[in-house]
Amino acid sequence: MSRNRVIPGFGLSLGYATLYTSLIVFIPLAALAASGISLGAETFWAVVSHPQAVASYKLSFGASLVAALINLVFGLLVAWVLVRYTFPGKRIADALVDLPFALPTAVAGIALTALYGRNGWFGQYLEGWWGFKVAYAPAGIVVALTFIGLPFVVRTVQPVLEGLERELEEAAASLGANRWRTFRRVLLPALVPALLTGFALSFARAVGEYGSVVFISGNMPYRTEITPLLIYSKLEQYDYAGASALGVTMLVFSFILLLAINALQYWNLRRQGGG
Amino acid sequence: MSIQVRDLRKTFGHFKALDDVSLTFNSGELVALLGPSGCGKTTLLRIIAGLEYPDSGAVLFSGADATFTHVRERGVGFVFQHYALFRHMTVFDNVAFGLTVRPRRQRPSRGEIAERVHRLLELVQLDWLADRYPDQLSGGQRQRIALARALAVEPRVLLLDEPFGALDARVRKDLRGWLRRLHDELHVTSIFVTHDQEEAMEVADRIVVINQGRVEQVGTPQEIYNAPASPFVYGFIGDANRLCGHAADGWAELAGLRVPAPEFGQSEPRQVTGYIRPHDIQLQAGDQGEGVAVRVESVSQVGAALRVSVRIPDGDTSLQVELPHSGGRWPFQVGEPVKALPRAARVFAG
Repeated sequence: MSRNRVIPGFGLSLGYATLYTSLIVFIPLAALAASGISLGAETFWAVVSHPQAVASYKLSFGASLVAALINLVFGLLVAWVLVRYTFPGKRIADALVDLPFALPTAVAGIALTALYGRNGWFGQYLEGWWGFKVAYAPAGIVVALTFIGLPFVVRTVQPVLEGLERELEEAAASLGANRWRTFRRVLLPALVPALLTGFALSFARAVGEYGSVVFISGNMPYRTEITPLLIYSKLEQYDYAGASALGVTMLVFSFILLLAINALQYWNLRRQGGG
Repeated sequence: MSIQVRDLRKTFGHFKALDDVSLTFNSGELVALLGPSGCGKTTLLRIIAGLEYPDSGAVLFSGADATFTHVRERGVGFVFQHYALFRHMTVFDNVAFGLTVRPRRQRPSRGEIAERVHRLLELVQLDWLADRYPDQLSGGQRQRIALARALAVEPRVLLLDEPFGALDARVRKDLRGWLRRLHDELHVTSIFVTHDQEEAMEVADRIVVINQGRVEQVGTPQEIYNAPASPFVYGFIGDANRLCGHAADGWAELAGLRVPAPEFGQSEPRQVTGYIRPHDIQLQAGDQGEGVAVRVESVSQVGAALRVSVRIPDGDTSLQVELPHSGGRWPFQVGEPVKALPRAARVFAG
């Protein structure tokens, strides 16, 4: 396998990659797993299947999925506008997209809470007029997770969209396709791999998010308590093994979901003849 | 279907892409738009297709105004230089695209679509590639698929933008002949853009020579080659010796060569530029006989022709001469004095 390659060094680079991922990813995770397992099977199960924990999984993964889906749609829209149109302030808008990356998430959480709280700019109308509670409710968690996940979809879709030739759309139009069909049958299939990647990244980021959510969610057990917060409160009570057990559970769920997204990606590429 | 364009103008910023262009394309004709890059030929094609709209002027399809008809409704087949195939679709799905995107009521049945696609793929001789993806094909194959895709919607007119521009010389040559045969079979009005004069000469029924947004000449390949209407066409189509000189009393004096110039009957000498094709010059060994005395500068053989470069002694002017040569010894040697006699020339004022 290493022979007859244009770029040599397969052995060295594979060794390096293995060592690196081991040090950075695998060993810490293994330590986490070991610490969780130290509880023993029965206690482990009791911790991870506690109703409060189960409620937090549902909230964490549910809100993350919803946020990632919102980002999928609106991230595509933002990328589209940034690539296809020129307007004053475009560069500034482009730079703004990255802001959720740079901002400490706690700051984002405080800002969002201020906006959506009962007396905030948005919150007073949403809650006062329609009775729709955002801050200190699951909706607030979705808002925070959407905020921090937006750049992923935009930044993965943008370059692909830029690379799509105008001629493809012109060809489709000359063959009689209307705008919707051109988008649906010509553009979207080309964007699906990037959209899936952006979705996966946005989702993964949301699952692990802690800083912004704690401010806006209100952290009410069974109602607005996400798993990372539950883990944190266990740590505060010096229940390291319990925290690890919850961490391992989250890890397994996340891994399964990301694996599923990758499988979808692979299947899609195969279907399109790229595999 | 016949196409007419009238007084088309189009500018991009300060750049005049088309400047008052009027043309008629007859039904069933294969016409080449020929010109150097940036001359406006692609803009003209895109306006006919409806991918671009003119600043002023009109496009008529069979006499009916179609200037601002959307490309979707025009019924044109467009072939792009870089194929523009849909990469995520198989060859079959690419060709079927124009049929499958029709509204449900006008859409042929699955069986009909399959039959039509296979007929088209047979027409372009690539039926065996139906299940492949564009990335797995060669450039020539891709362009043939792009053509089949454009033909699937039974266009009233076929427009090709530098269809062979991205292909290597060998494939280009094959595809040229193939396009001509295909057109003879289908007889759909076709217009193709090219900057390659040889391509236009070989394939087209008629050629439109365009330069700087204006039509220089329209005619059959023979007319264009034998009777170029302007200095630009003379220089652009085929090789020509360009000589400066004066003309009066029906004769022109071009660097010592005397050629008839019936357009210049006046007695006052006027400044002119003459064009002589390399194969329109006769060479005779020795310093006897008619013509101007020149000296052989270089000789080389290209295929069945001998290319001789001769120098006119009075200045630094060199003449390129092409003679038929069927092998054996070269009749002229470098340094030898010979007589050069132009058999035909074209003289323009200026």
